[in-house]
Amino acid sequence: MDILVCVKRVPMVGGTIVLTADGQDVDTRMSGFTVSPHEECAVEEAVRITEREGGSVTVLTLGPPEAAEQLRDMLALGAHRGVLLETDGREWGPVATAAAIAEAVEELGTTTFPLVFFGTESADTGGYQVGVRVAHALRRPCVTGIKRLEVAGGRLRAWRERGGAQELFDVALPAAVSVREGINLPRYPSLPGRLRARRAEITVLKPRWRADGLRKTGLRVPASSARRAQVLGHGIDAVPALLQVLDEIGVLP
Amino acid sequence: MTVLCLLERAGDGFAETSLRALSRGSSCAVRAGADLTAVALEAGEPGLAGAALAELAGLGVAELCVVPSGVLAAYAPAAWARTLHQLMASDSAIAVIAAATDRGNEVLAHLGALSGLPVAANCVSFAPAGDGSWKLVRQRWAGSLLEEAILDESCALLTVSTDVSTDAVSADSGTAVAREGPAVRILSPEFEEADLLVVATESAGSGGGVSLATARVVVGGGRGVGGPDGFAALEELAGLLGGVVGVSRVVTSQGWRPHRQQVGQTGTKISPELYLACGISGAIQHMAGCLSAKHIVVVNTDPDAPIVSRAEYAVIGDLSEVIPALVAAIRAATAD
Repeated sequence: MDILVCVKRVPMVGGTIVLTADGQDVDTRMSGFTVSPHEECAVEEAVRITEREGGSVTVLTLGPPEAAEQLRDMLALGAHRGVLLETDGREWGPVATAAAIAEAVEELGTTTFPLVFFGTESADTGGYQVGVRVAHALRRPCVTGIKRLEVAGGRLRAWRERGGAQELFDVALPAAVSVREGINLPRYPSLPGRLRARRAEITVLKPRWRADGLRKTGLRVPASSARRAQVLGHGIDAVPALLQVLDEIGVLP
Repeated sequence: MTVLCLLERAGDGFAETSLRALSRGSSCAVRAGADLTAVALEAGEPGLAGAALAELAGLGVAELCVVPSGVLAAYAPAAWARTLHQLMASDSAIAVIAAATDRGNEVLAHLGALSGLPVAANCVSFAPAGDGSWKLVRQRWAGSLLEEAILDESCALLTVSTDVSTDAVSADSGTAVAREGPAVRILSPEFEEADLLVVATESAGSGGGVSLATARVVVGGGRGVGGPDGFAALEELAGLLGGVVGVSRVVTSQGWRPHRQQVGQTGTKISPELYLACGISGAIQHMAGCLSAKHIVVVNTDPDAPIVSRAEYAVIGDLSEVIPALVAAIRAATAD
């Protein structure tokens, strides 16, 4: 089965988010980039399916030329082919992104992708919609938030957590699926995988920019409860004070 | 002009997250001079309690739209969106609002695709700007960053972050209908075949025990726990406090603990009375999962770890010494 996985390049942020001087973007000069976590799991899931049943995994991303780096990371995990929808670095909204992906899928040949994977939401902008929009454009059913799936006999069975229970979706292929981290534990890339990824050719397409009716005017870090914790002490000497705090909060048995 | 608000059911009433979204929608409807219409598409067993209807009226809902029993017997995201899309047109909606739950975000994404309109997911505030556009603030990075935006469309599609509080609804907005409850309107949506291809079947729960999302106490463990064996002491402490263990992403990506115990942006959001975070540095992706914790207490060897500036109290020290000593102290204190 030939599977397409759509991934997003996102900044690797740690303990704090630093903004650019104009407050329009996350300052990435000191951070690296990575693939949004849900989508890394989507690639792993796709690679496992093709290892079992044959076929190929194509990873696609929309982003600046540097996003080829994230495609190579995914090729190193076992994906076979990379497609870059190259932008000039501007932030693309979900409507424009989904339209560009759908057009690219048509261009690459829809029928060759019975399964198209997404992450449920990207780590950075968190729009929760690109996968659903692409599914509509390709006229195929879509399931989202998936933490477990089975593919057999031209059908997809997919489970999503809901409260303490699970809901099951059973749909015919072709279908679109957005997954969540936890569906699997992605492998570490092997050395041969890295070498193959470095040499792999990446298909570059130039999508058409569209304006979005939702316009970002600025970003800000929330006025958080940033404060200095009251230090109760060091090591086991602090245990009596800690016990008293737990008592005041009212959680002791 | 109408503000439509999609409600999810819980027991014989509505989900708390939906009611909070509704209270936000109510403020906007008042400001825009629009009617407030609630839409509940679940079959719902048991039926709705009178108190639940009165609560809607109190929030200013003039009308509650439902579908006849037998239509949409199970959750079908595209069919829910189709129903809202038809209501949007018939009622001249200026906004469609849902809670930013799995279902709310999913249904509004479908609605966005059907209508060609953008969707602003996980909003913490929004209001009509007076010129037909909307000013809003939405979460990025699961709440670690806020985006200010302008939405300039005929109808605003919004989901409301589950982290927001209830908006104070002006006392007089609902009193006229509060006595009678909202009028109930039975919809007859028309579906296309594609709308009913994805339908949920409830399957059994994954087992009992205290759930991480609703636990009153969460004892967190991170890289500082050192390995899979280090969690026994945390489990023991959590058991004593009637809570559960939660972990950071590094712990699950190392395979030390299963992903269902992960707290954070790509794991579970928690809202305990106490989050006791041990050996966790406090990356923003982790902190996004505990925005709603009432009290955060940390045990960490590094006084400069980011989590220390987010916590109320800190013990600077090695958790492998502090936690067993705390367990012993609790046992001694409660043995009296």
